Parts: sequence; structure tokens; C-alpha cells
Amino acid sequence: MLLFIGKRLFVLFLTMLSLSFIVFTLVTIEPNLKKLALNQANMRMEEEAVQSWLEKNGYKRPILVQYGEWLGNALTGDFGYSTHFRKPVNEVIWPKLWHTGILMFWVLIITIPISLLIGIIAGMREGSKTDRVLSVFSIITTSVPQYVSGILFTIIFSSWLKLFKGVAKAGSITFENFTLPVLTIVIYDIGYIARMTRASMVEVMNAQYIRTARLKGMSFISVVFKHALRNALIAPFTVIMLQFPWLLTGVVIVEKLFNYKGFGFLLVAAADQNDIDVTLACGVVAVILVLTTQLISDIGYAFLNPRIRFS
Amino acid sequence: MESLSSFEIWFVFFTRLLPVWTSLIIVFSALFYWRKHLGVIGHLCNSPIGLVGLFIVLFWVFGAIFADMIALFDPYEQSGMFRRKPPGTINTKVDLPYIFGTDTLGRDLFSRMIYGSQIVLLIAPAACLVAYVVGITLGLPAGYFGGRSDTILSFLANLVLAFPVILLFYLLVAPGVRETILPNIMAGVFFLFPIIFALIVIYSRFSERLNILIPSVITIIVVGAWLYSGLVFNADPLGWVAIDPNELNIFAAVVFATSPGVFRLVRGLTMDIKTRDYVAAAMTRGEGPFFVMIWEILPNARGPLIVDSCLRVGYVTILLGTLGFFGLGMEPESPDWGSMINQTRSYIRLVPTIVLPATLALASFVLGLNLLADGLREESLKD
Repeated sequence: MLLFIGKRLFVLFLTMLSLSFIVFTLVTIEPNLKKLALNQANMRMEEEAVQSWLEKNGYKRPILVQYGEWLGNALTGDFGYSTHFRKPVNEVIWPKLWHTGILMFWVLIITIPISLLIGIIAGMREGSKTDRVLSVFSIITTSVPQYVSGILFTIIFSSWLKLFKGVAKAGSITFENFTLPVLTIVIYDIGYIARMTRASMVEVMNAQYIRTARLKGMSFISVVFKHALRNALIAPFTVIMLQFPWLLTGVVIVEKLFNYKGFGFLLVAAADQNDIDVTLACGVVAVILVLTTQLISDIGYAFLNPRIRFS
Repeated sequence: MESLSSFEIWFVFFTRLLPVWTSLIIVFSALFYWRKHLGVIGHLCNSPIGLVGLFIVLFWVFGAIFADMIALFDPYEQSGMFRRKPPGTINTKVDLPYIFGTDTLGRDLFSRMIYGSQIVLLIAPAACLVAYVVGITLGLPAGYFGGRSDTILSFLANLVLAFPVILLFYLLVAPGVRETILPNIMAGVFFLFPIIFALIVIYSRFSERLNILIPSVITIIVVGAWLYSGLVFNADPLGWVAIDPNELNIFAAVVFATSPGVFRLVRGLTMDIKTRDYVAAAMTRGEGPFFVMIWEILPNARGPLIVDSCLRVGYVTILLGTLGFFGLGMEPESPDWGSMINQTRSYIRLVPTIVLPATLALASFVLGLNLLADGLREESLKD
């Protein structure tokens, strides 16, 4: 088990290094830097002045040297200075990440129980009427992306029924202004996790040991609870963890849609405003979040499933 | 201002879409008549969910084909007098109704929605096709041979999959990126794969029969080089094949985000199928590894691949919509659904219906593909 975790950690470390390098290279491409120079120094600079500005600020050195310098600073906790907010990046990014954390927390708290329940009920009796209805429901929810459902919810619940607010204010969260963003992400994710749970449940319910348990006279309900669930829930666990890149994308869309000033909003604003240090920090934080959840998923999967652990 | 009643709106809607209804009737009667001879597609007749999906998908396919006949207005034509009008308003100058209303520049939402389907239904399947060719060309050998190349390719695929898609798009589809040669390099790499794939297919089959092999290889290289010059360098000597730099950028980014998933799927399927007896039989016959991959493993993996391709086209449609929603990539006038959503969503407090055509079009198309995939999966499991 320790060797397994060690191997995983090594791959994780390598992936993080490559990904942060890719992000660094793509953020500091020449046109972005030129725009930055024009923005920072003087809008009406000549080409030579731009070049000398880049030279002076160290953007002309080999990319590996620049990356090494940035990485060294980042590892000591210094992510640079935001040219748009005119503050150190650390003061900008962590409060926003906290806001997004709250959003994610509520999303997961609501999504996981509901989607698991739907998946289990649908997969319990494959092909039954309940299964059909729930499956079609999950297909519909996964087909409607957040930027569509969010807008439709705003029209229905905010403009028409006047139940909730169409704008969510980070920092002062109320039921009124927080429901729609959470609902929008939850609806999209429920379908996906429910379908995975259903597939896993169907597979387990068709297994020989379930038939044996039924044949020896156990009731259907206790077979489901005592035998099927434990094995059927391993796959959804991984799926929920691997959902993270999607969840993050959904969060960015929803934060933009509802003007919720969290991490996703920051990422979009920084990329639009050509704020190089913030974009870099956001990109790297996003990648670290995704990879950490993947690691947890891998280790958790091996922990839950002995067949993987010992092979 | 004159306007139509809601009944008249739907009446005009149904009559404008007559070419679509006619084609749908023809296709579905043909499907029912020959359902015994059409394989998996014919089996779809037993699955109501799959039929509904097929109906929706074909609706948009025919909508895109007959867009010129269906649309009432030019999708780019602006009209200062008719801005943000509710559905049914009649343009008295030309005596035509805006059946779904107009956007903030006075463009007809119905016509834009119909023309938007042309863009979406061209880019999404085309990007998926290229992503599939890339995924298959790399995934088959990776799963078949295993070893170090497999480790490296899988590592690279996981690298791309670890990116949140939205971050990837903000890094890859931006005006700054378009000034560099990065999109051309990416497209250059991706468009090489169809040529390589075609060559492998031909070579693995006809390596002994030179009279077929040589002419086909020459044809592939000539046609491939011609398309390649047009698509990647925008320098087609005949001037037929051309692609906008924006679109090339979007295309490359979408293929880049999609192909690792296909690679993983194909690799997994290959590792599973290569343990079968018929593969062992082919190897015993003395067939080369590429023959086994292309002509034994790939045809037997088609079931999951067809189902997955339906889902993936839907997913790419969502991705394209995401790009439009963030205002990335497409030029602002473009009537694609994502950009339409982005342009209209600020006005939903004034005219709530303004955003419905694009959102419902996108959601229904993706829903159709997902239902179709579900129907195909159910039916292919029955065999």
C-alpha cells in the first residue's frame, strides 16, 4: 500500500510540474506580454520601447529560467503581484477561493445524497418503470449545460415567480440569492453521478452472489442493503472525485452567470484583463485541486476495493 | 406595432419548417420499411427513447441543410427600428414576422437559430471525427503493444484530462494565442493523423498487392496534402479549402480537449479485445500487428465507439457553447448558439423570451444525441 501511494505521489508530482510549466508557457506568450507592457508603462509605446520594457522586466530570458524563478517564488508562497487589482496575488486569490469553497460545499452536500439515491433506486430493478423514468430524468439533466439551465432558472424563479435573486453576492449569502447558483450546478451534476451509480448498481445486482443471496431466501431489501450497496458504491466514489474538473468548469460558468465573485469569476476576470500573475496562480491552484482529488480518488479506490490493492 | 397571436406564430413556425418535416417523414418511413436490414439503426425502432433522440438530431440536421429555405431573414441583417422585439412582431417594411422576436441589434432570432445550427452541426461532428482519428491512431497501438510508449501516451492524456476545460480554453483560445503560430502547430499535428490513419489502413490491408497499394497511397498523399495545405496553412493552391483563423483556433482547441478521452477509451477497448480468440487466430495466421489492430480489433470495438461518439458530439456541442458563452473564439456577429446566448442573456429582464431560441436549440440538440446514444446502447446490448 505504501509503495502504491509512493508511486502515485511521484506521478502526481511529475504531472504538477508539467502542468504548471504548460500553464506558465501559455500565459506568458509574447502577445500577452506586449499587451502587459503597453498597459503598464505607456499606451503609445514604440516597438523598441516595448522590447526594452520586456528586457528590463526579465521577460526576455529563456523560458526555463523564468519558470524556475516563478516556481521558486511560488513554493515559498509568493505568487507575484496583480496588475489589475494592484495588490499582491495572495491577498486576491485566497478570499475568493474561500467563497468558491462555500459554494462547492453546498453543491456537494446536496448532490451526493440525491444522486446516489436516484442511482440506487433506478439500478435496483433494471428495466422497471421507475428505472426508465429516473434514467430519462438523468439524461435530461446532463444534456442541459449550466449556462442554459442557469438562464432558464433565472427567468422562471427570478423574473417570473420572483422567488429568488438572479445575482449572488459573495460574502453575504442568503437563501434568496444563493439557491439558484447551487441549484444550477447541482442539477447538472446529479444526472451524471446518478447514471454512474445506476450502471454500477445494475452490474452488482446481476452478479452471482446477489442471486445466491436471493435464492437462499433473503428479502430483496436486505440483499440490497447488506450485499449490493457496499460494492455498488465503490465506482460512484471515484466518479464523484474525478468529477472535479467538470465541477470546476461548472463553477466558473455559474459564478460568471450569477456574478458570484469567487475563484471562477477571478479566473475569468484575470484572463480577460491579461493579469498574468493572477491567471498563473489561478491556473496552478485549479490544477492542484484537480490532481489532489484524483490522488484521493485513487487511494480511496484501492482502499475500498481489495482486488486493486493486492494486484 | 402589429404582431401575430401565439397561434399564428406556431403556424408560421410549422409551415416554414415544412422541408424538415417532409424529410423527417421520408427518413422515418424508410427506416421502418427497411428496419430488418439496417442492423443497429434498424433495432432502434424497438426503443422509443432512441427514436425520440434520432428525431431531434435529424430535425437539426435537416434544419441546417435547408436553412436557406427556412429562415425568414438574413441572420446578419440588423434593423434599428426592431430592437429586442417580443415574438410575433411584424416587420411592416417587408411584411414578414419576427416569429421568435429580435435581439438587441434587431436581428431575427429565428433565422439566427436556424443558421446557427449550420455552424454547430459542422464544427462539432468534424472536431469529434478528427479527435476520434487521433484517439484511434494512438490508442490502438498503445493498448496493443503496451510498454513504454503506452506509459508516455497515457501520461500525456492524463495531463490534458487533469486540466479544467475552461482553463484550457482561456489559455488556448484567446486573441493573444491567435497572434502566435500555436494554433497552426496544433492543427498541423492533428490534421496529420487522418493521413497517417488512412495510410495505415491501406497498407495493413494491401501490403502484398502492390497494384492496389501504390495508386491508393499516392491518392491519399496528394488529396491529404491538398486538404492539409488549405486547412493548416490557409494556402490551398486551388482556393477551395479555407478556414478562418478563429475557427481553426477553436477547432484545434476542441480536438485537443477531446482526443485524450477517446484515446483512453480506445486503449481500454483494445486491451480488452486483444485477449479474444479471434485475435489470437489472426496472429497465428501470421497477420501483422497493424492488420490485427485495424481489421480485427477496431471493427469489434465499434459498438461502444458508436455510442460514445454520440455522447461526445453532444459534449463538444456543450464545449462550443461554453466558448461562445465566454465570448471566446467566434467573431461577435456569428449566429452560433453559444454566442447568441452570450449576446442575449443581459436582456432577459426586459424580454425574457429573447434567450429562449438559442438555449432551447442547444439543449434539445444535446438531449437528442444523449437519448440516441442511450437507445443505441440498450439495443446493442441485446444482441
